[in-house]
Amino acid sequence: MTLWWIGDIVLLVVVLPIVVYLLGGVLKAATSITPSVRRIADAAAAGSKDLDAVPLLLTTQDQVRQTVAGVANYGGSLDVIIDDA
Amino acid sequence: MPAAGVVLIIAVVAIVLALVYYLVSTIVQLRSITNGLDEVIASVGEIVDKSAPVEPVVADINDNLDAAVSALEGLLVKKAGMEDAVGLVEGLYPGAAAAGLRDFPESREVTPPRIGEVYTKGTLTLARLGREAPIATGNPAGPALRNVESGSLNARLLYPEIRQSRPELMPRSPVIGTDAPEQHEQRDDIGKPRKRMRSA
Repeated sequence: MTLWWIGDIVLLVVVLPIVVYLLGGVLKAATSITPSVRRIADAAAAGSKDLDAVPLLLTTQDQVRQTVAGVANYGGSLDVIIDDA
Repeated sequence: MPAAGVVLIIAVVAIVLALVYYLVSTIVQLRSITNGLDEVIASVGEIVDKSAPVEPVVADINDNLDAAVSALEGLLVKKAGMEDAVGLVEGLYPGAAAAGLRDFPESREVTPPRIGEVYTKGTLTLARLGREAPIATGNPAGPALRNVESGSLNARLLYPEIRQSRPELMPRSPVIGTDAPEQHEQRDDIGKPRKRMRSA
Protein backbone atom coordinates (compact mmCIF):
# COMPACT_ATOMS: atom_id res chain seq x y z
CA MET A 1 0.00 0.00 0.00
CA THR A 2 2.85 2.31 0.78
CA LEU A 3 4.27 1.78 -2.70
CA TRP A 4 0.88 2.76 -4.21
CA TRP A 5 0.99 6.03 -2.36
CA ILE A 6 4.56 6.66 -3.37
CA GLY A 7 3.59 6.01 -7.01
CA ASP A 8 0.67 8.41 -6.72
CA ILE A 9 2.85 11.12 -5.23
CA VAL A 10 5.46 10.63 -7.96
CA LEU A 11 2.80 10.88 -10.65
CA LEU A 12 1.25 14.02 -9.22
CA VAL A 13 4.38 15.81 -8.07
CA VAL A 14 6.96 14.77 -10.68
CA VAL A 15 5.44 13.29 -13.84
CA LEU A 16 2.51 15.65 -14.27
CA PRO A 17 4.54 18.89 -13.87
CA ILE A 18 7.20 17.59 -16.24
CA VAL A 19 4.59 16.66 -18.85
CA VAL A 20 2.92 20.04 -18.51
CA TYR A 21 6.25 21.88 -18.73
CA LEU A 22 7.44 20.02 -21.80
CA LEU A 23 4.17 20.26 -23.68
CA GLY A 24 3.86 23.91 -22.72
CA GLY A 25 7.27 24.58 -24.27
CA VAL A 26 6.25 22.85 -27.49
CA LEU A 27 3.02 24.85 -27.62
CA LYS A 28 4.87 28.11 -26.92
CA ALA A 29 7.35 27.41 -29.73
CA ALA A 30 4.58 26.56 -32.17
CA THR A 31 2.69 29.70 -31.19
CA SER A 32 5.75 31.88 -31.74
CA ILE A 33 6.24 30.50 -35.25
CA THR A 34 2.79 31.52 -36.45
CA PRO A 35 3.31 35.33 -36.57
CA SER A 36 6.70 34.83 -38.24
CA VAL A 37 5.11 32.73 -40.94
CA ARG A 38 2.43 35.38 -41.36
CA ARG A 39 5.07 38.09 -41.84
CA ILE A 40 6.96 35.93 -44.33
CA ALA A 41 3.76 35.37 -46.28
CA ASP A 42 3.07 39.11 -46.36
CA ALA A 43 6.62 39.85 -47.49
CA ALA A 44 6.48 37.22 -50.21
CA ALA A 45 3.15 38.60 -51.43
CA ALA A 46 4.60 42.13 -51.50
CA GLY A 47 7.68 40.87 -53.35
CA SER A 48 5.50 39.14 -55.88
CA LYS A 49 3.51 42.34 -56.37
CA ASP A 50 6.71 44.34 -56.85
CA LEU A 51 7.65 42.06 -59.70
CA ASP A 52 4.50 42.99 -61.59
CA ALA A 53 6.63 45.64 -63.33
CA VAL A 54 9.01 43.04 -64.75
CA PRO A 55 7.24 42.93 -68.15
CA LEU A 56 8.26 46.58 -68.55
CA LEU A 57 11.80 45.27 -68.96
CA LEU A 58 10.78 44.15 -72.42
CA THR A 59 9.98 47.78 -73.24
CA THR A 60 13.31 48.83 -71.76
CA GLN A 61 15.06 46.19 -73.82
CA ASP A 62 13.42 47.46 -77.00
CA GLN A 63 14.23 51.07 -76.10
CA VAL A 64 17.86 50.19 -75.45
CA ARG A 65 18.13 48.44 -78.80
CA GLN A 66 16.69 51.44 -80.62
CA THR A 67 18.91 53.84 -78.70
CA VAL A 68 22.04 51.82 -79.36
CA ALA A 69 21.11 51.59 -83.04
CA GLY A 70 20.69 55.38 -83.14
CA VAL A 71 23.99 55.90 -81.37
CA ALA A 72 25.66 53.55 -83.82
CA ASN A 73 24.26 55.54 -86.73
CA TYR A 74 25.45 58.82 -85.23
CA GLY A 75 28.81 57.28 -84.47
CA GLY A 76 29.18 56.10 -88.03
CA SER A 77 28.33 59.55 -89.34
CA LEU A 78 30.77 61.21 -86.94
CA ASP A 79 33.42 58.73 -87.94
CA VAL A 80 33.05 59.92 -91.51
CA ILE A 81 32.70 63.63 -90.76
CA ILE A 82 35.42 64.17 -88.18
CA ASP A 83 39.04 63.64 -88.90
CA ASP A 84 40.98 61.17 -86.82
CA ALA A 85 43.25 62.46 -84.09
CA MET B 1 -11.06 0.12 -4.30
CA PRO B 2 -8.42 1.48 -2.03
CA ALA B 3 -7.92 5.22 -1.78
CA ALA B 4 -4.48 4.92 -3.30
CA GLY B 5 -6.02 3.40 -6.46
CA VAL B 6 -8.48 6.27 -6.75
CA VAL B 7 -5.68 8.81 -6.45
CA LEU B 8 -3.72 6.89 -9.08
CA ILE B 9 -6.63 7.01 -11.50
CA ILE B 10 -7.06 10.72 -10.85
CA ALA B 11 -3.37 11.33 -11.51
CA VAL B 12 -3.44 9.37 -14.78
CA VAL B 13 -6.57 11.19 -15.90
CA ALA B 14 -4.94 14.53 -15.11
CA ILE B 15 -1.88 13.60 -17.12
CA VAL B 16 -4.01 12.48 -20.05
CA LEU B 17 -6.04 15.70 -19.92
CA ALA B 18 -2.86 17.75 -19.92
CA LEU B 19 -1.57 15.76 -22.88
CA VAL B 20 -4.81 16.25 -24.77
CA TYR B 21 -4.96 19.98 -24.10
CA TYR B 22 -1.42 20.78 -25.08
CA LEU B 23 -1.25 18.41 -28.03
CA VAL B 24 -4.51 19.68 -29.47
CA SER B 25 -3.33 23.28 -29.05
CA THR B 26 -0.06 22.39 -30.74
CA ILE B 27 -1.90 20.73 -33.61
CA VAL B 28 -4.00 23.86 -34.09
CA GLN B 29 -0.90 26.02 -34.21
CA LEU B 30 0.84 23.65 -36.64
CA ARG B 31 -2.19 23.75 -38.91
CA SER B 32 -2.04 27.53 -38.86
CA ILE B 33 1.65 27.37 -39.72
CA THR B 34 0.92 24.98 -42.56
CA ASN B 35 -1.67 27.34 -43.99
CA GLY B 36 0.76 30.27 -43.74
CA LEU B 37 3.49 28.26 -45.47
CA ASP B 38 1.06 27.39 -48.24
CA GLU B 39 0.56 31.11 -48.85
CA VAL B 40 4.32 31.64 -48.75
CA ILE B 41 4.91 28.88 -51.28
CA ALA B 42 2.27 30.35 -53.58
CA SER B 43 3.84 33.82 -53.40
CA VAL B 44 7.37 32.44 -53.86
CA GLY B 45 6.13 30.51 -56.88
CA GLU B 46 4.80 33.76 -58.34
CA ILE B 47 8.14 35.43 -57.67
CA VAL B 48 9.98 32.62 -59.42
CA ASP B 49 7.63 32.75 -62.40
CA LYS B 50 7.76 36.54 -62.70
CA SER B 51 11.52 36.79 -62.32
CA ALA B 52 12.29 33.97 -64.74
CA PRO B 53 12.57 36.20 -67.86
CA VAL B 54 14.58 38.89 -66.07
CA GLU B 55 17.98 37.29 -66.52
CA PRO B 56 17.97 36.96 -70.34
CA VAL B 57 16.37 40.39 -70.80
CA VAL B 58 18.88 42.13 -68.53
CA ALA B 59 21.71 40.20 -70.18
CA ASP B 60 20.53 41.39 -73.59
CA ILE B 61 20.29 44.98 -72.34
CA ASN B 62 23.80 44.76 -70.90
CA ASP B 63 25.13 43.30 -74.14
CA ASN B 64 23.65 46.18 -76.12
CA LEU B 65 24.97 48.76 -73.69
CA ASP B 66 28.39 47.10 -73.66
CA ALA B 67 28.52 47.27 -77.44
CA ALA B 68 27.50 50.93 -77.35
CA VAL B 69 30.11 51.76 -74.74
CA SER B 70 32.82 49.98 -76.70
CA ALA B 71 31.84 51.73 -79.91
CA LEU B 72 31.67 55.18 -78.33
CA GLU B 73 34.94 54.75 -76.47
CA GLY B 74 36.62 53.56 -79.63
CA LEU B 75 35.21 56.46 -81.63
CA LEU B 76 36.21 58.97 -78.96
CA VAL B 77 39.76 57.68 -78.74
CA LYS B 78 40.02 57.45 -82.51
CA LYS B 79 38.86 61.00 -83.09
CA ALA B 80 40.19 62.85 -80.08
CA GLY B 81 43.20 60.78 -79.17
CA MET B 82 43.73 59.03 -75.88
CA GLU B 83 44.83 62.08 -73.91
CA ASP B 84 42.03 64.38 -75.02
CA ALA B 85 39.49 61.59 -74.70
CA VAL B 86 40.43 61.12 -71.07
CA GLY B 87 40.37 64.89 -70.60
CA LEU B 88 36.90 65.13 -72.09
CA VAL B 89 35.63 62.38 -69.83
CA GLU B 90 37.23 64.10 -66.85
CA GLY B 91 35.69 67.41 -67.91
CA LEU B 92 32.20 66.02 -68.13
CA TYR B 93 32.41 63.71 -65.13
CA PRO B 94 35.05 64.96 -62.68
CA GLY B 95 36.97 62.06 -61.21
CA ALA B 96 35.96 59.62 -63.92
CA ALA B 97 39.39 59.73 -65.54
CA ALA B 98 40.80 57.75 -62.64
CA ALA B 99 38.66 54.78 -63.67
CA GLY B 100 39.79 55.18 -67.27
CA LEU B 101 38.08 53.93 -70.38
CA ARG B 102 36.79 50.41 -70.09
CA ASP B 103 38.22 49.04 -73.31
CA PHE B 104 41.47 51.00 -72.98
CA PRO B 105 43.18 49.99 -69.74
CA GLU B 106 46.15 52.19 -70.60
CA SER B 107 43.88 55.22 -70.25
CA ARG B 108 44.16 54.95 -66.47
CA GLU B 109 47.76 56.05 -66.72
CA VAL B 110 46.96 59.14 -68.78
CA THR B 111 47.04 62.45 -66.94
CA PRO B 112 43.90 64.27 -68.08
CA PRO B 113 44.64 67.66 -69.66
CA ARG B 114 42.96 70.84 -68.58
CA ILE B 115 39.28 70.91 -69.19
CA GLY B 116 39.50 74.18 -71.12
CA GLU B 117 41.75 72.68 -73.75
CA VAL B 118 39.43 69.82 -74.42
CA TYR B 119 36.44 72.11 -74.24
CA THR B 120 37.95 74.36 -76.85
CA LYS B 121 38.65 71.50 -79.19
CA GLY B 122 35.18 70.15 -78.69
CA THR B 123 33.72 73.56 -79.42
CA LEU B 124 35.77 73.83 -82.56
CA THR B 125 34.66 70.42 -83.69
CA LEU B 126 31.02 71.17 -83.08
CA ALA B 127 31.40 74.57 -84.69
CA ARG B 128 32.79 72.88 -87.77
CA LEU B 129 29.79 70.63 -87.75
CA GLY B 130 27.56 73.68 -87.64
CA ARG B 131 25.75 72.62 -84.51
CA GLU B 132 24.83 74.35 -81.34
CA ALA B 133 27.26 73.02 -78.78
CA PRO B 134 25.33 71.56 -75.84
CA ILE B 135 28.49 71.22 -73.82
CA ALA B 136 27.29 73.30 -70.92
CA THR B 137 24.94 70.64 -69.68
CA GLY B 138 25.58 66.95 -69.29
CA ASN B 139 22.04 66.01 -68.43
CA PRO B 140 19.11 68.28 -69.31
CA ALA B 141 17.43 67.35 -66.06
CA GLY B 142 20.50 67.95 -63.92
CA PRO B 143 22.53 70.98 -62.98
CA ALA B 144 24.93 72.57 -65.44
CA LEU B 145 28.33 70.95 -65.37
CA ARG B 146 30.07 74.14 -66.40
CA ASN B 147 29.59 77.76 -65.49
CA VAL B 148 27.30 78.75 -68.29
CA GLU B 149 27.32 82.43 -67.30
CA SER B 150 31.08 82.76 -67.44
CA GLY B 151 31.58 80.07 -70.01
CA SER B 152 32.28 82.60 -72.75
CA LEU B 153 35.94 82.55 -71.74
CA ASN B 154 36.27 79.18 -73.42
CA ALA B 155 34.87 80.61 -76.59
CA ARG B 156 37.12 83.65 -76.33
CA LEU B 157 40.10 81.33 -76.02
CA LEU B 158 39.54 80.55 -79.66
CA TYR B 159 40.79 84.02 -80.56
CA PRO B 160 44.31 85.46 -80.22
CA GLU B 161 45.52 86.01 -76.70
CA ILE B 162 45.26 89.78 -76.71
CA ARG B 163 41.50 89.64 -77.04
CA GLN B 164 41.06 87.35 -74.06
CA SER B 165 42.89 88.87 -71.15
CA ARG B 166 44.34 92.20 -72.27
CA PRO B 167 41.68 93.97 -74.29
CA GLU B 168 42.85 97.31 -72.83
CA LEU B 169 46.08 96.96 -74.80
CA MET B 170 44.29 96.72 -78.09
CA PRO B 171 44.25 99.84 -80.24
CA ARG B 172 41.02 101.70 -80.02
CA SER B 173 38.73 101.53 -82.91
CA PRO B 174 39.09 104.59 -85.13
CA VAL B 175 36.39 107.23 -84.91
CA ILE B 176 35.16 108.15 -88.32
CA GLY B 177 32.95 110.90 -89.56
CA THR B 178 33.10 114.66 -89.83
CA ASP B 179 33.32 114.98 -86.00
CA ALA B 180 36.21 112.57 -85.70
CA PRO B 181 39.15 114.00 -83.78
CA GLU B 182 41.45 112.88 -86.51
CA GLN B 183 40.50 113.30 -90.06
CA HIS B 184 42.01 110.64 -92.24
CA GLU B 185 42.98 111.11 -95.82
CA GLN B 186 43.62 114.81 -95.33
CA ARG B 187 44.27 116.30 -98.68
CA ASP B 188 46.14 119.50 -99.27
CA ASP B 189 44.40 120.23 -102.51
CA ILE B 190 40.94 120.53 -101.03
CA GLY B 191 39.44 123.79 -102.12
CA LYS B 192 42.10 124.32 -104.73
CA PRO B 193 41.68 123.97 -108.45
CA ARG B 194 41.61 120.44 -109.64
CA LYS B 195 44.79 119.25 -111.18
CA ARG B 196 44.38 118.71 -114.77
CA MET B 197 46.17 116.29 -116.92
CA ARG B 198 48.48 117.80 -119.30
CA SER B 199 46.98 117.62 -122.72
CA ALA B 200 49.01 115.90 -125.28
